[in-house]
Parts: sequence; C-alpha cells; structure tokens
Amino acid sequence: MLKVFKYSFLDLMRNRWTIAYALFFALCSAGLLYLSGDGNKVIVSAMNIVLLLVPLVSVIYGQMYLYQVREYVELLLAQPISRKAIFMGYYLGISTALSLSLLVGFMLPALLLQPSYLLNTNWLLLIVIAVVLTFIFTGLACWLVLKYDNRLKGFGAGLFIWLLLAVLYDGAILVILLLLEDYPLEKLALVLSMLNPIDMGRMLLIFQLDYSALMGYTGAVFSHFFGTRLGGFILTFGFGVWLSFPIVLLLSKARKKDF
Amino acid sequence: MGAMGRTMIRYLVIIIIVVGGSVTANARELVVGLSSAVTSLSSALKMAKPYDTLCVNAGTYHPDSTLIITKPLYIFGNGNAQIEAAQNQGIFEIRSDSVTIAGFTLQNVPKNYLKDLAAIWVDYSQHFYIGNNTINNCFFGIFITKSKNGIVENNTVKGQAIHEHSSANAIHLWYCQKMVVKNNWVRHHRDGIYLEFVDSSNIENNISEQNLRYGLHFMFSNYDAYQQNTFSNNGAGVAVMFSKFIQMHRNNFNANWGDAAYGLLLKEIYDGEITGNTFQKNTVGIFAEGANRIHLRQNDFIANGWALKIRGSAMNNEFCYNNFIGNSFDLATDARTDYNSYHHNYWEEYSGYDLNKDGLGDVPHRPVKLFAYLVSKLDESILLMRSSFIELLNFAEKVAPSVTPTSLMDKTPLMKMYRPA
Repeated sequence: MLKVFKYSFLDLMRNRWTIAYALFFALCSAGLLYLSGDGNKVIVSAMNIVLLLVPLVSVIYGQMYLYQVREYVELLLAQPISRKAIFMGYYLGISTALSLSLLVGFMLPALLLQPSYLLNTNWLLLIVIAVVLTFIFTGLACWLVLKYDNRLKGFGAGLFIWLLLAVLYDGAILVILLLLEDYPLEKLALVLSMLNPIDMGRMLLIFQLDYSALMGYTGAVFSHFFGTRLGGFILTFGFGVWLSFPIVLLLSKARKKDF
Repeated sequence: MGAMGRTMIRYLVIIIIVVGGSVTANARELVVGLSSAVTSLSSALKMAKPYDTLCVNAGTYHPDSTLIITKPLYIFGNGNAQIEAAQNQGIFEIRSDSVTIAGFTLQNVPKNYLKDLAAIWVDYSQHFYIGNNTINNCFFGIFITKSKNGIVENNTVKGQAIHEHSSANAIHLWYCQKMVVKNNWVRHHRDGIYLEFVDSSNIENNISEQNLRYGLHFMFSNYDAYQQNTFSNNGAGVAVMFSKFIQMHRNNFNANWGDAAYGLLLKEIYDGEITGNTFQKNTVGIFAEGANRIHLRQNDFIANGWALKIRGSAMNNEFCYNNFIGNSFDLATDARTDYNSYHHNYWEEYSGYDLNKDGLGDVPHRPVKLFAYLVSKLDESILLMRSSFIELLNFAEKVAPSVTPTSLMDKTPLMKMYRPA
C-alpha cells in the first residue's frame, strides 16, 4: 500500500494541476487577508470558497486522475498485490496530495501577510474542515470510478453528488422546516444538517465566529449545543462516519468488481 | 434657548442661593464627626435650622434609623464619609425642598419585598441636588418620586443584583419633571436608569452597564432628551415605551446580547428623533413595534445580528444617513407592505454603481433579504446561515422580489460611508 501511495502521491505532486490548485487557494487567501481587515470576514469568505470548491475539485480531480491511470491500475492488479492495498494507496495518495496543496495555499499567505493567523483557531479549524472534506470527497470519487466504467456517467454522478450536498440539500432542509413549521424543530434541524458533511463544516465554523444574529433564542440553543462536550462528540462522530463511509463503499466495490 | 437651557440656569441660581446662603449670617455650619461635638447624624439633623450646612467628617456612620430630612439643608461628606444602612431601613429620605446631598459613600441598604428601600429617597421635593455620591450594594440606589427640578450628578451606583425579582434599580424616577441625570455610572442593578411618568428631563453622559434587565428603561415619559449615554452589556439593552417627543442623540448601545436583547427597543413611541447613535454588536440594534413618525438619522449600525427589526405596526418613520456595516441582517420586517421611508443610507452590502458620480447609487437597494424574512418566520432556519443555497435564494429574490416588500427600498443609497461634515 505504501508503495502505491508513494507513487501516486509523488506523481500528483509533480502534476501542474495540483500546483495550480495550491496557487489558487494561495491567491484567494492572500487577497482576502490583504484586502479585508476584519478577521471574521476573511474566514467567512474563505469558508464560502472552501465549502463550494473543495468538494467539487476533490471529486472531479480524483475521478480524472483515476480514469487516467486506469490501465496502469489494471496492470497492478495482475501483480501479487491486494486490491485493498492498491485502491487505499491511490485514495490516500490523491487526498494527501490535495490536502497538502490546500495547506500550502492557506498557510503560506498567512505566514507572509499575517502570521497571527497561524495561531487563529478559526483559521486552523477552516483548514481542518477543508482537509476532512477533501478526504471525504476523494473517497467518493474513487468509489464512483470503480462503480462506473463509463467516464461520462462517472463524472455525471460525481457532479450530482456535489450539487446535492453543496447546494440542494440545504434547500431540502428549508422545505422540510417550512412544511413542519408548527412543530418544535430545533432537534430535527440539527439532525438533518448533521447528515451532510458540508453543512456540518459550515455550522461548526459559523458557531465559532460569534455572530450576534445567532444570539437570538434559537441561535442560542444551537450555539449551546455546539459548545457542549456532547455536541463536540456528535460532530466528531459525524465526521468520522462520513470519513469511513466512502472507504467502506470503495473497498466493498473493489473486492467484488470484475475487472 | 430651549426649555432645557432655562432649567439649567434655574438650577444654577438655586445652587448659588443655597451655597451663597450658607455663608451669610443667618445660616450656620454644623460639623458632624466621630470626634466632634456632634457625633450622630440624626441629632445634627434635629439641631440644624433651615439652610444650614452639615459638614460630615470622614468616618463610618451607623445611624439607627433612616435619616429623614424635613428642612432645606446642605449636607456634604468631607473626605471619606461612609454611612451604613440600619437594619431594614434606607439611608436618606428627603421630604423638603432645596436639599443637597453630596460626597457620601452609602452602603448596604437591604432588599425588601414590601418597601422600596433606597440609599437616597426623594419624595415631593424640588430643587434638590444629589452629587458625587458612591452607592454600593443597595437595593434601590437613588429613588425619586413626585419631584421636580432636581439634579442627580456624578454618582457611582454599584449593586450586586443576581435575580431580577429580588433586585431593584440604580436610579429610579417616578412622576418627576424637569430632572437632570448626568455623568452617573450605574451597574449591576436590575435596571440602570428607570423612568416612569417623567417629563421634560435630560439624561446625559451616563454609563449604564451590566444590569440584569435594561440599561435604561422608560415608560410614559414625554419630552425627554437622552444624550451621550453609554449602555453596554445589559441583559436586554434599552427599552423605550409609550412615550412621545423623545430625543436620543449620540448614545452608544454596545454588546447587548441575548435571546431577548435589543440595543434599543421602541414600543409605542411617537414623534421622536434618534440621531448620531452607535449600535454595535447587539443581537438586535433597534426593534420597533408601534413606533410612528420617528426620524432616525446619522446612526451607525455595526456588526449587529439584526441592525433593524421593524414590525408592520411601525409606520411613517424616516431612516436616512445611517451607516449599516457588517450586520448579519440589515433589516428584517414581517410586513408585506412597508410604510416607512428609507433614503440616503450607506449599506455596506450595496452592489450597485454610480455612473454620474453624484455619490448616490443609480440602482435602488433592497435591504430586506429573503433569508432575513425566512428567519423572522422560522427561527430554526438560522442554521442555514451562509449556506450557498441561501445565497442563491437571496440573489434571486434581489433580482425579482416576490416575498419581501417591494416598496421597501432605498432609492438613493450612498456610495460611501456617511460622515457628518
């Protein structure tokens, strides 16, 4: 597994698109840090970019890479290496490479422009969330590549999953909340948003950024939840489930698939 | 010169007469001190003739009952004169005109559910002056009823309120007229400054903070002016109810956070002026319900949850030359049609352009976002704050409003932050 990981990781780190990805985030965060004085605003703007782009890029990039090395993977499968080792190696290689470019993209401008950000918990939290999302969505990408031999279908499914989780899901929550308006909804709303990793990341950050609007009654209830140990535990658990879910899918698919 | 100026001059004349009177032949000066001829405050009060001066030397005094003042006197603490309240009693009770109490430290008036015990209670009096006192851990600090033409100035009132039901107000005015409450620092009480049926009064330059309920609370009080006060970290901010012709200028409303906290709550307020105030980091900057014909000008709304929450019952108000910066929601309303006018405000979120360079945006600004409307309808949807889907909805609504009031817009938004010339 380590050999495959090392190979794919180094291959990707040399790829100009990985460098472009890091450069993009570096430019974004440098621009935000440079233009905006207020700390919270920088983080919120960066958060919007991260929550939209990181899942999209992870899915599409992961799929593109895996479809590209498909023949090589088939060659590897003929060797005495377990399927698990091959696919986990690729999965870890891609996600580590993307995470590394994210880290560089966010840390380097902070280091140069405002070193105080390196210790800002919210900034670090944002980076952690970005990394977790990278792993989740790269995992989904690997699974989709195995599931669909047809590239078009694969990309379509990837885009759909991204659109669903990043945009449509919140709309669905809103509709459900509006339909059930007459009932107490705090717990339901929390549970529903916990089912989506992007929402989880967004809420985790928003509730750290002490928004005055969240100090209203319902907001205070939610804030309280995210502040307690139980809330922290549930969030960690939720992210844990979301991290392992694509891996489980990927491995079961890899075991059964007839190449 | 306004009514306020005339009253000020009147007070000055009174003070000159009182102070001047004390040095004339017919007024004496009595010295009260632990080592002087007169050692007790109550016997000094009995000995004193009207318009005498009582000079109380430094030391801690323990009167055995409330000190009731029934003649015009000038009483001041010389050095650190402390008075401890007797058991179940207030400290001073003023029942005469032209009384001055200054320079004391008054302490430990116990709470009482039957009587309104206060460090200083003024009842049916005129032309009194309460200044430079420090009032610690008292039930009511300064309690004034049915009085006129008094000055409450430079006092520090610090309570130890824990529960709303077992605490009282720092400065409490009831049925008063032409009062001046100035330069006081009040904290840790139930309400910082409380006014009920108080007319033509001036509340100026006070700091009211960390009170359990309201920093300033007034009801049924007309023709009053509130200037340059700071209200911060109060349980529910400032409440202004059932009053007419109120002037609120250059006050600071800071950090009033909580589920029912407002920087400023306007309820049944008519014909007021709210100018040059700063609202910063409040859950709601201004909440207006049944507020009519109010002019809100040149206020700064910075980093509030909701800068303005306007109910449909608020009508004919004018909002102009205000700055809205970094608020989660600039304006929320539950009304389908809005009868207030908004013009020449600076909205940080405004995304229009100014082709003719007259400093005014060419495209009208709609300050009510769809999401603000949603949240006001459905509290729980706050969970979707900053979600991409919500931003999409907001954009769609901005382009073609269907839910938010179509008439509510600023047709002449400022391109740059408003700064008074």
